[in-house]
Parts: sequence; structure tokens; C-alpha cells
Amino acid sequence: MEYLYFPGCSLEGAGRQYDESLRAVFRALGLGLKELEDWNCCGATIYMSVDEATSLAVSARNLAIAGRDGGRDLVAPCSACYTVLLKTNRFLRESPELREKVDRLLGEAGLAYHLDVRVRHPLDVLVNDVGIQTIASAATRRFDGLRLAPYYGCQIVRPERGFDHSEFPEAMDKLFGALGAEPVYFPVKTRCCGGMLMTTFPEVALDLVRELLVCATENGAECILTTCPMCQVNLEAYQDRVNKKFGTSFAIPVLFFTQLLGLALGCEEKALGLQRNLIPLKLRAAA
Amino acid sequence: MRQRKTVPGSLPPRERELRQIFLREVEVVPGGDRLSRCLQCGTCSGSCPVSYAMDLSPRAVIALFRAGLIEEILHSRSIWICASCYMCTTRCPQQIKITDLLYALKRVAMEKGLYPDRFPVYLISKNFVRLIGRYGRNHELMLVVRFYLKHKPLELVRLLPLGLAMFRRGRLMLLPKRIRGVAAIRRMIEASEALELPREEAPVQYVPGSVGYRAVGALPERAV
Repeated sequence: MEYLYFPGCSLEGAGRQYDESLRAVFRALGLGLKELEDWNCCGATIYMSVDEATSLAVSARNLAIAGRDGGRDLVAPCSACYTVLLKTNRFLRESPELREKVDRLLGEAGLAYHLDVRVRHPLDVLVNDVGIQTIASAATRRFDGLRLAPYYGCQIVRPERGFDHSEFPEAMDKLFGALGAEPVYFPVKTRCCGGMLMTTFPEVALDLVRELLVCATENGAECILTTCPMCQVNLEAYQDRVNKKFGTSFAIPVLFFTQLLGLALGCEEKALGLQRNLIPLKLRAAA
Repeated sequence: MRQRKTVPGSLPPRERELRQIFLREVEVVPGGDRLSRCLQCGTCSGSCPVSYAMDLSPRAVIALFRAGLIEEILHSRSIWICASCYMCTTRCPQQIKITDLLYALKRVAMEKGLYPDRFPVYLISKNFVRLIGRYGRNHELMLVVRFYLKHKPLELVRLLPLGLAMFRRGRLMLLPKRIRGVAAIRRMIEASEALELPREEAPVQYVPGSVGYRAVGALPERAV
């Protein structure tokens, strides 16, 4: 199976190890992953708050390129990209007037909107296309007894009815459970990490991050798994700030789920970008 | 459903103007008209992880809109604090797209230049849009540095160790990449702006439900 790949701006910067580990995991499973040609920013949630029609057109340019290149499934790992591309797709499918308008704008770029492109999250692809059993039997390493907090964040499960429950998703729990790990009780798994508020309202975002860290550590998690570059940075890079502000002493590794999955599939640590994480993961002797 | 053809004459001109812009912005959102179904149950405010930091809860935003006090909403911090987690939208028993409505309100605020005092959050949005127009992609470093330089320069000093740590691990892209299709994107943006113009004459739809909502306090006097 061949997938088109939309890395998104964050995966070129702060979320680089997500890009590396995702490619490694797809390679290890024999899945094709072809980067979308000359992709542009999805517009994120910020563009939406400035000009909706323009932001839809900018985001639709990526869908149009995917359609032109014959791609059916466009894999978007960043939660914001995923939700924005999905939303664009749905708005354009539901509203013919909007579609006509966006198509006119795309015409300026020599492109046209294709109805048959699907936006997918890699977690969805791995769990539903490949299957947990297939992955478990391809694994060369298990994580027996590793207690982890699977954190899904907000935008891969909301607002669209996506591939998992919008408040209590289980895809990661099941996937890593099949590899021997023990997902801890983590009821805040889809609570907001604060997103851009870390820049605009740090007091509020630090509060939100603290709640997530408290819940993960008090329930005995040894690491947190994320699916989103924004969540990863907020949870990992700002632990120091949280510690300073609240007098706590958090030092819990925050990994992209593809990094841990890559380890299970026998990828090298460097290929998974593990050296890029600020708080290193210390695994007990491999079983 | 109850339909009326005109905006009630009781609304002050300013309110009417802002409402008109808002309704135009909501038109683009499929299902945006569900606003009128709000029961004021408060599920949105109770589900919102940041409502504690808002001066108007999401429920109050809807109540004020119905009461004809849109300008008050635009001057509140609430619409800028929303982190777009969509919990309210998912849980709303009336399927109101609250997050999308808050986006629409942000767009009205940006268009009319109405912000709470000393409140620069909207600038990050403007910078973001400028970056996309220039490079086709976002550049994390430029976005954040520009924001802090203007508003909290000292914060940059505080963030320096983190920046260095990220840089050492190859997680900080120093220079932006310009995509090949950036000229095409600019043409699209320009064409989109040209398309916007005739919308000023767009017919105004009346959103049912603007019956004075008493619970929000004293309302300005108006003829019925």
C-alpha cells in the first residue's frame, strides 16, 4: 500500500523526530510513504481565525496536489494539519458553493479540487489498515511491564467523527498493549495541552500541562506517548517551567508514539530521532 | 422554522453592522445557523478546559449575542483564549459549532480592529498569515520571536536556554524554506480577497432568538 505524506511545518522543526520515526516505522512495515510534492502550510487553526475562505483554499491546495498525483490517502501526522485538512475536505464536500469558489481560487494555481482524497492520521493507518495483530507479530521487541500514558490530545479525535472515540479513544492503548506495555489509567487523554496558548497565555497553558503531568505520573506512567508535535513540545519542553512555577519535579519522557513503535519494530534509535528528545527514555533491559 | 425578513429596527446601528459582518462570516460554516438552537444548558462552559480563565464563558458569549451585545463579546478575552480543542462542539446537545462560531467572532474582531485593551494575541495570527504568504509554510522561530519582540522582549531571554537545547538537538530550523508554489499561493490569496468585496451587499439574514435575554444584566433601552 502506498500513501501520500503531508509532513506539516512542525515536522521540519520542533517535531523532527516525529518525521524521522514515522518514515522508519512505515519502512519497517513495508508501507510506501511518498512526500506530497511542494506542499504548503495547512493554515492551522490560526489562519481559520483570519479569513475562512482563503484559509480553506490554501489548505485545499494540498488536497488538490494529492488528487493530481493520484493519491487516495493523504497521511497527516500533526493533529492540527490532520484536523484542518479533514475539515477543509468536509466543508468542500458539504457546500457546493464553497467548492465552486475554492475551485476558482485553485485555478489560479493551475489546480483543481478532487473529491476522492482521504485525509488519514498515521495512527488510524497503522491500527486499521495494517492491524494490531500484524504489527505485534512483526515486532522484534516487547515492552513487557512498561507503564505508559497514551495522550491523544484534542484534534485527532475532535471535532470530526474520526477513527476513534472523541473523548476516550483506545487505538494507542490497544496497540501498545499488544506489545506488552501497560497503559495506565489516564482519563485526561484527550484534554487540551494548551496549544498556542503556551505563547499567548503561558499562565493558562502551564496550568493545563501540569494537570496532564500530574495525572500521568500519579498513575505511575514512566513515559507519555503523543500523536502531535504541539502536544509533545508543550509537555516535554515546558516541564522545567511547570516545575519552577508549581514547585514540582517532573522529568517524564514524552515520546511520539512512532518512536516507541519503531523500537518495537527493531529500528535503530538514531533513525527514530530518540537523541532529539530533551528527556531521554530509559528502558529496562530489553525482553 | 420561524423566519423573519428584516433585522429588527430596535438594534442600534453599530450592533447591526457588527451582526451583519458576523452573519456573513458564519454563512461559510456549514451548520453555522444552529446557534439559534442554544438551550443555555452550559455544557460548553463546563467542558471547556480554559473557561476558568475567560471573562465571558462560551455560554455567556451566546447569551450576549442573542441579547444584541456583540460588541461586548468582541472586547472580551474569551474569543482569544479558546485553544480550539473542540470539546464544547463535541458535547453540545444541540450540535452547535461553538469553536467555529468563536472563529467567526475572531474574524469580525480582526476586521473591525476591536480587541480588549493591551491585548496583542491577534498579532500572532496576522504574522502567521504573512509568513504563509511569503514562504508558503510556517516558520516556528520567526513566528514566536516576532511575537515576543513586540510584546514581551524579556521573555526571549528566559526562553534562550530552551531555544539552545532545541537547536543542539536539531529541532530548531533557523531559516525558513520557501516552497516553489508560493507565487501561486499569493495569486490565490489575492483572488480570494477580490472575491470578498461584493459580499458587502449580501442580504442580511435574521438569526431567530434575539429576544432580550434578561439574565445577562441591564440591557440598553430599546423600542420593541
